[in-house]
Amino acid sequence: MIDISESVMQFLLAFTVVAPLLGAAAALLPAPPGLKGKSPEQAVLRHGVTVTGAVLIAVIVLALGFDHDQPSKMQATTDISWIPALDVRIHLGTDGISLPLLVLTALLTFLCALYSYFKPPAGPAPKAFVALLLVLESGTLATFAVLDLILFFLAFETVLIPMYFLIARWGGEGRARAAWRFVLYTLLGSVVMLLGLLLTGLEAGTFDMVALATDNGRSLTTSVQVIAVLAIGIGLAVKTPMWPLHSWLPDAHTAAPTVGSVLLAGVLLKMGTYGFVRILLPAAPDGFRTFAPYLAAFAVVGIIYGSLACLALAKRGANGDLKRLIAYSSVGHMGFVLLGIATMTPTGVNGALFANIAHGLITGLLFFLVGGLKERTGSTALDTLAEETGAALYGKAPRLGGLLAFGAVASLGLPGLAGFWGEMLALFGAFEPAEGLSRPAFLTFMAAGAFGTLLTAAYLLVVVRRVCMGAAPDEAPELTDVRGYEFAAWTPLVVLTVVAGLWPKALLGLTDPAVQQLLAGGTR
Amino acid sequence: MSSLVQSVDWLAIAPPTIAAVAGLAVLVADLFVPGTRKPLLGRLSVAALAAATLMLLPLLDADRGTFCLVGDPGVCSYTADRFTLVIQFLVLGGALLAALLSVTALKDDNRRLPEGEYWFLLLSSAAGAALLPASRDLATLVVALEVASLPAFALVGLRHGDRRSSEAALKFFLSSVTATAVTLLGISFVYAVTGTLHLGLLAERIQDADGQLGTLAQTGVVLTLIGFAFKTAAVPFHFWVPDTYVGAPLPVAAYLSVIGKAVGFSGLILVTVRAFPSYADVWGPAVAVLAALTMTAGNVGALRQQAARAHSAVRLLAWSSVGQAGYLLVPIAAAAYATEPQRAIGSTLAYALMYGAVNLGAFAVAAVVGRTQPLNRVSDYRGLYAASPLTALLLAFFLLCLAGLPPGVVGLFAKVTVFSAAVDAGLGWLAVVMAVNVVIALVYYLKWTALLFRAPEGAPATHRLPAPLTAALAVTGVLGVALSGAPQLILRFTDTGLF
Repeated sequence: MIDISESVMQFLLAFTVVAPLLGAAAALLPAPPGLKGKSPEQAVLRHGVTVTGAVLIAVIVLALGFDHDQPSKMQATTDISWIPALDVRIHLGTDGISLPLLVLTALLTFLCALYSYFKPPAGPAPKAFVALLLVLESGTLATFAVLDLILFFLAFETVLIPMYFLIARWGGEGRARAAWRFVLYTLLGSVVMLLGLLLTGLEAGTFDMVALATDNGRSLTTSVQVIAVLAIGIGLAVKTPMWPLHSWLPDAHTAAPTVGSVLLAGVLLKMGTYGFVRILLPAAPDGFRTFAPYLAAFAVVGIIYGSLACLALAKRGANGDLKRLIAYSSVGHMGFVLLGIATMTPTGVNGALFANIAHGLITGLLFFLVGGLKERTGSTALDTLAEETGAALYGKAPRLGGLLAFGAVASLGLPGLAGFWGEMLALFGAFEPAEGLSRPAFLTFMAAGAFGTLLTAAYLLVVVRRVCMGAAPDEAPELTDVRGYEFAAWTPLVVLTVVAGLWPKALLGLTDPAVQQLLAGGTR
Repeated sequence: MSSLVQSVDWLAIAPPTIAAVAGLAVLVADLFVPGTRKPLLGRLSVAALAAATLMLLPLLDADRGTFCLVGDPGVCSYTADRFTLVIQFLVLGGALLAALLSVTALKDDNRRLPEGEYWFLLLSSAAGAALLPASRDLATLVVALEVASLPAFALVGLRHGDRRSSEAALKFFLSSVTATAVTLLGISFVYAVTGTLHLGLLAERIQDADGQLGTLAQTGVVLTLIGFAFKTAAVPFHFWVPDTYVGAPLPVAAYLSVIGKAVGFSGLILVTVRAFPSYADVWGPAVAVLAALTMTAGNVGALRQQAARAHSAVRLLAWSSVGQAGYLLVPIAAAAYATEPQRAIGSTLAYALMYGAVNLGAFAVAAVVGRTQPLNRVSDYRGLYAASPLTALLLAFFLLCLAGLPPGVVGLFAKVTVFSAAVDAGLGWLAVVMAVNVVIALVYYLKWTALLFRAPEGAPATHRLPAPLTAALAVTGVLGVALSGAPQLILRFTDTGLF
């Protein structure tokens, strides 16, 4: 949109990846004179806001400088040799597929830092918290920005340790166990993924994602592709998470602090689906075609399973937990993303990428809201909240109740909001899957997925009824309504949800050309 | 008439020679130095090891050989090529760090350890270990192996009046002697078949050995390997490790965990890749199975350690070093199948260099904590971050390097090269076994790391840092961080010719 020279663009992209790392190191050092603030805690939390804010500005400028006429072209590319022995290059770049994810990551991390500044997390001193948050941001941004398989793996692994500590030290009940499950599941998946990445790279003779995409699997035999897709796919599927590898997710979300849940759902899960699109689809299309029906089947089971689990949790007397419920709903939403990818059509993959962003915005918002609710009422257990008739949030704290209802309605995919387009396009892709995939099978998946949207609507409406509505007893204490800083942290998500819902072309215009080219064989 | 006296390239043999001469000098000086001045011996030894390490520098320009056959100058018993220099660097540098740890340990021990003998034994063992990678005939190899390990037995049992120490030494000694005897038997078989001990000639002649001697040759190869497998503490020769490490003074345990391994695997590489390449179908699968069993046994053993047991920190490091030895064996196994065995061997070297730096670092932190908490339990590390943040961060970094997770980038890339050697050689099953092991290992490394940052129970113990320990921590820490930024420094060995 605005003309920025290529070298500045390169710097901006490199800056977004490196700045949080430097910021994390700086957070551990004592504050320099003049920046000491009121207390060391306040100073370090402010440092977090400053760094993530700077990164967000850099990403926004990057998005503005991005040549929107050629979203399929890799832009802001840096390509330096790092470890010649392993043929590992520091190859950074962004195109229409990764740019929205970069913006989403920078935005959510900034909002989390902002939220934590006003509402410091309960637990040990915030110094380490800020450092871990920044390392996490660097790892996620790097995952979306790198174009080298080994570097991708490195970035993928970088988020593990910070997230482990965020859950294990600042989490709620059962945090130790949940953190262990998270880290073990993901690591088991990612070592298998490493084997797949190595196999792909060694057989194809390059670890460069652009070269692999251009090659489009021509230098890999079908059997190599099948093994590679299986190995890499398992690693990515654990992260996504795909049913039946999802069982770490509900525990991790329930135990994680609010900010941890927001980032976990908002950006970490996207690393898995992004890997499917960026690596597997273009680099090993034959192998992917073999597994696409199974992937779609698992995805659809995930959709149905996630919504049934939510329905069960939302029932009265089921002792359901709101955070857990949203976690299960994530399994369902990510099921749509996987279904879209499995169709191997531009429509489906575009839908998947759209749903990715939408899920990041909406679920991020929902976790923020539930965190706010927990802070006010001290509980996220539905039965405790709702008691006999309902929690009557509309009466006690109308704005909070309204926002929660908005989040729930957006999550169920109401047309006009962000949740709608992704799921619709994914189902639409399944209506006519790519050549070589069985149409009847995908039609079945589509029908089951469509049924899943119905179930999703059902449980979210039950939640709205039980939390927002109900008879407010007269003597019930008023709850604090949405505070200023909460508005600041949540409004961008609300606005973007509406914008993406009303003007989907803003996103699809970016992703579509890139996806078309990726499926046809490589990025330029 | 040509001279029968071999010309000796003194520069080439300088590194092991300096260590050996210094060892003798320390032993003699011990007689004349009064009790109060004994720390002087330690300084002398540290200086000698530093000098020996520095003497590697002039050898970098070209390959050198000495003690060559008079009739055939191409066949030498001592060769200082790239492979030799890398291992010598690892051995001498590792011994230097272990010596730095020893200076403090000896001072804290109030003369229960005889200083003169201690330094003599350490230097002799280091000299043997430095000679081993350079030896290119089986006789020199066995002599070097014995020079490296015999002083080690004495070091383990040196602590007077400590029953565990003596028992460990005896275990170590008996199993090692058995292994050496078996190796010697194997070598005699091989000599019977080929009539030479020089590795280069062996490799040629054993191929066209008399058909009737085939069984003899094969038996010889297998028996020779067994001895070297023992030194790497490969399964089933690993059981001596935990007791030995716990019984030995901590710096000796650190020394054995790195130099002991280096001796074992460099000998194994010389025997397999240099002497018996034509028997790759025999030793390839054997080493692969050995690697799988070793890493599994080591990691499961480490996983089962209870944090509250006495000496559990050293015990855990001991078991994990068995696991790491398994990873070191993977590329050697891969060399049997690969078209370019040198690349695979390079992965072992890269991994060993990474492992040497960070493992010695972890031992250095254990030495720091062991000064105030003599039981050295894993649970004693709880709240270390509150007591001394930098030490705790360093230990966390070392442990994550060993686990192979960011921010321990160098550990991750070292694992990646090992994996890629296995995948490249088509050893998919071994790669999968290793992948599972990496996850098992993560559990205990991460548990320990997480413990460092927990709130301390009661008032945090203060840990004072004496200068030698600080130096050891600084060197290993800087190495680890620098290598994480530029892994190419060690990974380039996977890309260049070694021999």
